[in-house]
Amino acid sequence: MASIEMRNIVKQYGDGFPAVNDVSLDIADGEFMILVGPSGCGKSTLLRMIVGLEDISSGDMVIGGKRVNDLAPRERNLSMVFQNYALYPHLTVFENIAFPLRLSKTDDAEVRRRVTEAADVLELHEHLERKPANLSGGQRQRVAMGRAIVRHAEAFLFDEPLSNLDAKLRGQMRTEISRLQRRLGITTVYVTHDQTEAMTLGDRVCVLRKGKIQQVASPRELYEQPVNLFVAGFIGSPPMNFLPARPEGNRLTTPFGPVELDQKRAAAVAGRDLLLVGIRPEYFEDASLVDEAKRPLGTLFRARVDVTEWLGDQQYAYIPYEAPAEITSQLRDLSRELDSEELRTQAIVSIDSTSRIREGREAEFWLDTRKVHVFDPTTGENLTRDAEAGARLTQMAEEDRAEQVQEAQAGMQGRHAGAA
Amino acid sequence: MSTKEKTWWYVGGVAIIIYALFPVAWIVSLSFKAPSDIANKGFLPTSPTGENYSTILTGTASDLFLPALRNSFGICLIATFISCVLSMFAAYAIARLDFPGKKLILGTALGVAIFPVISIVTPLFNLWRQIGLYDTWLGLIIPYLSLTLPISIWTMSAFFREIPWEMEQAAQVDGATTWQAFRKVIVPLAAPGVFTTAIIAFFIAWNDFAYGISLTSTSVARPVPAALGLFSGASQFEDPTGAIAAAAVIVTIPVVALVLLFQRRIVAGLTNGAVKG
Ligand SMILES: Nc1ncnc2c1ncn2[C@@H]1O[C@H](COP(=O)(O)OP(=O)(O)OP(=O)(O)O)[C@@H](O)[C@H]1O
Ligand SMILES: [Mg+2]
Repeated sequence: MASIEMRNIVKQYGDGFPAVNDVSLDIADGEFMILVGPSGCGKSTLLRMIVGLEDISSGDMVIGGKRVNDLAPRERNLSMVFQNYALYPHLTVFENIAFPLRLSKTDDAEVRRRVTEAADVLELHEHLERKPANLSGGQRQRVAMGRAIVRHAEAFLFDEPLSNLDAKLRGQMRTEISRLQRRLGITTVYVTHDQTEAMTLGDRVCVLRKGKIQQVASPRELYEQPVNLFVAGFIGSPPMNFLPARPEGNRLTTPFGPVELDQKRAAAVAGRDLLLVGIRPEYFEDASLVDEAKRPLGTLFRARVDVTEWLGDQQYAYIPYEAPAEITSQLRDLSRELDSEELRTQAIVSIDSTSRIREGREAEFWLDTRKVHVFDPTTGENLTRDAEAGARLTQMAEEDRAEQVQEAQAGMQGRHAGAA
Repeated sequence: MSTKEKTWWYVGGVAIIIYALFPVAWIVSLSFKAPSDIANKGFLPTSPTGENYSTILTGTASDLFLPALRNSFGICLIATFISCVLSMFAAYAIARLDFPGKKLILGTALGVAIFPVISIVTPLFNLWRQIGLYDTWLGLIIPYLSLTLPISIWTMSAFFREIPWEMEQAAQVDGATTWQAFRKVIVPLAAPGVFTTAIIAFFIAWNDFAYGISLTSTSVARPVPAALGLFSGASQFEDPTGAIAAAAVIVTIPVVALVLLFQRRIVAGLTNGAVKG
């Protein structure tokens, strides 16, 4: 087990394109780090540089206190699960998992013991003598994991390991990976596209954009205290709504009426002309369903609902609004970069599933103004970010995590003691 | 497919088979005809006889044919083996590495492949005589390599390109050296390509006539196709047609056997299951 430190890592491909640009990231021993970002932002490239499959143009890669820039992959003792698994089709599942051990000339009895152990964890027993071609996607994925965990590697690296599985299997494997990582306590770097994986698996999440780190923080901090428009728009599903706003004293005028700001936030945005206010869908509610006690904490507004989507446990309403041309083009660029569908200037609003708000009618909504963020539309910077609150969230996540790891490992030891 | 269409496919298939196999059948039939029977104006021998076979295997032509058979086997197998090993390394480099002059190598290989054999035979004849390679196995193996290597490199690099590069990277991450990754992962996956290449290379060497007749003079190194041309009839007035036909049938057997033996190994889709999707 080892920590991974990256200092000013740059990767320029042959054509001069900087796929990774000045990335500095510290991953603690035993930590589960997630790399997310839109397609082509350099996640895979970064991972491949850690494992040694890609040369580093400049910067230092330090694993377990040792600079590894010039070491071959096999000298780094990391294990990796490839996006497409890369199983050896001519070998049985057993030999696939045993492959790293065979290379290190481990004796037969030890190989059998370790492979059996890995197969136990991954429930691959009845498939050990089969060939990868005859396995299902989920089974192949587990074989790839088996090959990674059979060896005592310094760290695990995953490149979108679940991206080709169907939704159900993905959920199953996700919990599997999480459990495994906690139990083994091995430093893990995990690349993903998927919101859910990013939010549920990681201790910390690193958001990349065009080869540059935007923010590294716990999922909660990313969600509640994003540093900029990009992170705010990328994290969360359905995404955060961005409305044009003009400050007037302690309030912002938005298409949905005035939004009251507290002193601190009002001071942060003072003196600016045009702003973007970021509101998560769940900050809205059907006004008729809001508690009397909560009502004063937000503002009320009336708007015409374009479409509603009822999902059983949730309901979404789409509310169109007018925006100045400069904001519209800005938002369109952002949504293109985030790979989301063409953004029309409409807000997505989460309302209670019992709400009887109808499509095509006017309705009254309530907006919780306590947690809205205000962004500078040109730089994208979050003007109202509370760094301390964010740090507190990440701190809390770390404490939770330490507890979980302890529990998982105590549980394992307990089982071993019981078995002995 | 409608029945009518099916019928046409069968008719067409049978026509093609007859067209392709008729000469073979004719040779076989000829090989069973006695010398006096050759011109019987019929497809089948009047009375089938094994005379031609005994002539070439134990009779007068045997000291011409049997050493030639041994030479052909030895020379072709060695040439095929060397060509496979060399082309495996070359093709791997071509498929995997980006190095200056890659295009040049492939282009040269193609150039050598289409260079007419007959134009180098004479200079080679002189050269071999000077340096003592004339009428030796090595003297044939070297030109055979020039025939088989280009096509082997082309075939093999096509196969290597099909293997997902991640296989090899996975092996390296698992702790393999480049050589181990090549030997334990790439070579087994490229096996169908190696067998295909081996068969093609063997055919090319086995069928050569120009080098065989020009660069040998005795049974020390003379291969079968050259030996066939030297058969003579029992008398000056008798053509050795029957004996040649019998020899032709015999030299076809190893080739057919080779294909039947290896065709199970030339299965496409060995890389199935390597990667998802
Ligand atoms: N071999 C290469 N040569 C040149 N450019 C490359 C090469 N490989 C990747 N790139 C570029 O580097 C950038 C980052 O690629 P990378 O594969 O790391 O993206 P990614 O974040 O993993 O994307 P995805 O989510 O689609 O897998 C891309 O813009 C890509 O075009
Ligand atoms: Mg990728």
